[in-house]
Amino acid sequence: MNQRPQDMVEQALSLATCGDCVVIADETSTANLRWAGNTLTTNGVARSRRLTVIAIDRRGPGAAVGVVSRSGVHGDEVEAIVRAAEKEAAEGSLAEDASPLVDPSPGPFGSIVSGRPGWDDPAESTGIGVLEGFAGQLGDTLREASSSGRKLYGYAEHDLTSTFLGTSTGLRLRHDQPTGKVELNAKSDDLTRSAWAGEATRDFADVDVSALDRGLADRLEWARRRVDLPAGRYETLLPPTATADLLTYLYWSAGAKDALDGRTVFSRPGGGTRVGESLTGMPVTLRSDPWLPGLACTPFVVAHASGRDSSVFDNGLPLGPTDWIRRGELAALTQTRYSARLSGLPVRPAIDNLIFEVDAPGAPSMAEMIARTERGLLLTCLWYIREVDPQTLLLTGLTRDGVYLVENGEVTGAVNNFRFNESPVAMLGRLAEVGASVAALPREWGDYFSRVAMPPIRVEGFNMSSVSQAS
Amino acid sequence: MQQATDLGAGHADFRAEQIRSQTIGLSDGNLETLFDAGDIGLAVRVVVDGTWGFASAVDLTPDAAAQAAREAVEVAKVSAAMNTERIELAPEPAHGDVTWVSAYEIDPFDVSAADKTALLADWSKRLLTRDGVDHVDAHLLQIRECKFYADGATTATQQRVRLHPALTAVAVEKNGRFETMRTLAPPVGRGYEYLNGTGWDFEAELEQIPALLAEKLAAPTVRPGRYDLVIDPSNLWLTIHESIGHATELDRALGYEAAYAGTSFATPDKLGTLQYGSPHMRVTGDRTAEHGLATVGYDDEGVAGQSWDLVTDGVLSGYQLDRRMAALVGLGRSNGCAFADSPRHMPLQRMANVSLQPAEGGPSTSELIAGVEDGIFIAGDKSWSIDMQRYNFQFTGQRFYKITGGRLAGQLRDVAYQATTTDFWNAMEAVGGPQTYVLGGAFNCGKGQPGQVAPVSHGTPSVLMRGIRILNTVEEGA
Repeated sequence: MNQRPQDMVEQALSLATCGDCVVIADETSTANLRWAGNTLTTNGVARSRRLTVIAIDRRGPGAAVGVVSRSGVHGDEVEAIVRAAEKEAAEGSLAEDASPLVDPSPGPFGSIVSGRPGWDDPAESTGIGVLEGFAGQLGDTLREASSSGRKLYGYAEHDLTSTFLGTSTGLRLRHDQPTGKVELNAKSDDLTRSAWAGEATRDFADVDVSALDRGLADRLEWARRRVDLPAGRYETLLPPTATADLLTYLYWSAGAKDALDGRTVFSRPGGGTRVGESLTGMPVTLRSDPWLPGLACTPFVVAHASGRDSSVFDNGLPLGPTDWIRRGELAALTQTRYSARLSGLPVRPAIDNLIFEVDAPGAPSMAEMIARTERGLLLTCLWYIREVDPQTLLLTGLTRDGVYLVENGEVTGAVNNFRFNESPVAMLGRLAEVGASVAALPREWGDYFSRVAMPPIRVEGFNMSSVSQAS
Repeated sequence: MQQATDLGAGHADFRAEQIRSQTIGLSDGNLETLFDAGDIGLAVRVVVDGTWGFASAVDLTPDAAAQAAREAVEVAKVSAAMNTERIELAPEPAHGDVTWVSAYEIDPFDVSAADKTALLADWSKRLLTRDGVDHVDAHLLQIRECKFYADGATTATQQRVRLHPALTAVAVEKNGRFETMRTLAPPVGRGYEYLNGTGWDFEAELEQIPALLAEKLAAPTVRPGRYDLVIDPSNLWLTIHESIGHATELDRALGYEAAYAGTSFATPDKLGTLQYGSPHMRVTGDRTAEHGLATVGYDDEGVAGQSWDLVTDGVLSGYQLDRRMAALVGLGRSNGCAFADSPRHMPLQRMANVSLQPAEGGPSTSELIAGVEDGIFIAGDKSWSIDMQRYNFQFTGQRFYKITGGRLAGQLRDVAYQATTTDFWNAMEAVGGPQTYVLGGAFNCGKGQPGQVAPVSHGTPSVLMRGIRILNTVEEGA
């Protein structure tokens, strides 16, 4: 596999005989370490290259599409992939999202490709070496935990994906995306007390696993006093990771096409969407920005296949700062150019990061919010979140790895876990306080969506539906 | 493997895989998604001085394999600083050079995408023409998985095919309320003949969907409380998956998934004593059931497919094992549950087909319903969630019928059932006969870090449960 991915894109485009063509090459490398009970369990490095050819057969105003995607492609296999995609397009039925391909001239957010690496620069990769310093530090931490009566479990992963996108209309775009995360779970020796922390990172240079462990050791101490509480509705402090999990699901559920069909919480009864409606009285904003320092992500659309909220015809469309909720009001739903034609609303493709913040000076920290709590629950994170009712976006799930009782401004003990039934949309209407946003790792969705900045939030009457015996 | 051995590996195994998948999606009969993917690559796994090392490559060449072997050894050496537990693998008989192919008639990749799209469009349009159906989603996912495995004792070449068709009809009222009704046809280890009527009657099911949807939309909301339940296999397979399948994975029970997928209340100290459920309960694990999604000839550690008990007469009696887990607790031979979902991933202990066995000569579903005075009959799966030790779960479904005086009395809506695993299974008063047994399942069981998905089937008869907590999902969200 000596051919460069960008050369494969050019080769595929030059071989294409269909009306229009989009070619995407993804060069991915990854390295990971996993540990449990203070010892290594699995590890690995892997590389892959995927070539995706999207052949478009124009038929008057419509078009049929064939998408063929293969990994491990050699140069002498490119033509077969192009021909297979063209055959699928020629034999296929009309695509509902047919649109012209994206114009290569600079879009509304300016030139999409900026600085280095450029189109012709070699694809970059990661490897086990990125984790070498971390592994040594982790080894020390595992030994320290072992000698202190704690068991550590967790996972560290670093990925690097170089994406090359070319179209028959002349667009050439490239983006390199580093993604990393570390998760650490500490348990008491008898496994009755548990705490968790996670961080997203771009390069592991900023990860201090020893500090994470110290924070978890403090939480295990909090849990020495156990308080059993029944199911019910509680004033609840959600840390940024829990806020992230609930609002990420809200964001994923904010597709315009389903809303237009009348089958989401964002559908307006009688037709249309709820864009423009107030969701909360708090001046909060939910937004994405591919250029945000520290959370930067692909600044153009990469769609390997069309779906409810994606269109292969939109490949290369520039992305820019987008408000989904602006000062409490639903400002936009995720839109392809196709769904935008149906809705009459602006095109707003999904973006791979999410920021939730309050527009108020002096937003408090988590510690300050605990200090001003008379009586309430403090969560560590949420788990096994699933949709129960799309009508209200009711979600169910569990609290995990530490629920604490806060009384008169202090943590006074650990509480049993709960199953919750809550809608993040309804929850916005019961926000009592929103803290300062910080970078966070969603516990539940971090495998797929790790670039977020979220605040701690105080929610009135969070519905703890039943007690979970899990510890 | 020679390269790995030369560099000091005490154990080395090799996999080469080619996985083909195709996703077709239609919205209201119009083509929305057509994605044809192929994944190819090789993997080398080693044990060096008692530490794992793993590496994969995309080129199927001897040079790439040797490079992967060198990388796997390097990974093992970097990781050694963290390892305090020496890796040992349970012995497995040598099976020589073997070949295995799953049971199917028509390779779905031999059928053109155009023909498959046309069939889904026809089904969609038939539903759309019926009163009360506002939208129809149609999906077909097909996978052909080819694996080559070698460890010096066994060389296995295998191929299996699976597919999952699903249609969902949507009804939207002017007041904004909406409901959905999805087909109950399970994903299967069969070929394209499944869509032509072998193993499932799609024509009959599609005919029923509009009326079922209309009835659901007009149904009264459920009154929360405790009810006797008769649960159809189309719903119960998922409850089995979550509350028995995952709970009897030994790596979870030993804490190896503690930071992610979770652990299990069914710990090894309870083996042979835990009253998991009522005496009617016999649950087996297998990698041998015909058309099962977890069925293989040999697993990803060269272990031959087997069948065994997990729960016998209601008591915990076994676990799902891979070679490392079997050696770790001295359970002898692995029962063949190692699986990696791609050449880029290291095999983990993954779920076998875990199935509740029917009662020989047992009752029909109607006879089970006849034994309920005031209860609910549940069919089809929808929402699911369970805690990280497999105690507390909550499920919804596609269809809920009120049972009054031993008869179905119309659908209910807004229903969820919630229970603790052992309370639930100990409340099982009766198990249906073989005539009620259906193999359900899923393509996308998630586990591990990096995350892997695995296909798995669960067979079950209809069952009768007494006194299960029912929630009203509208009240829960109020």
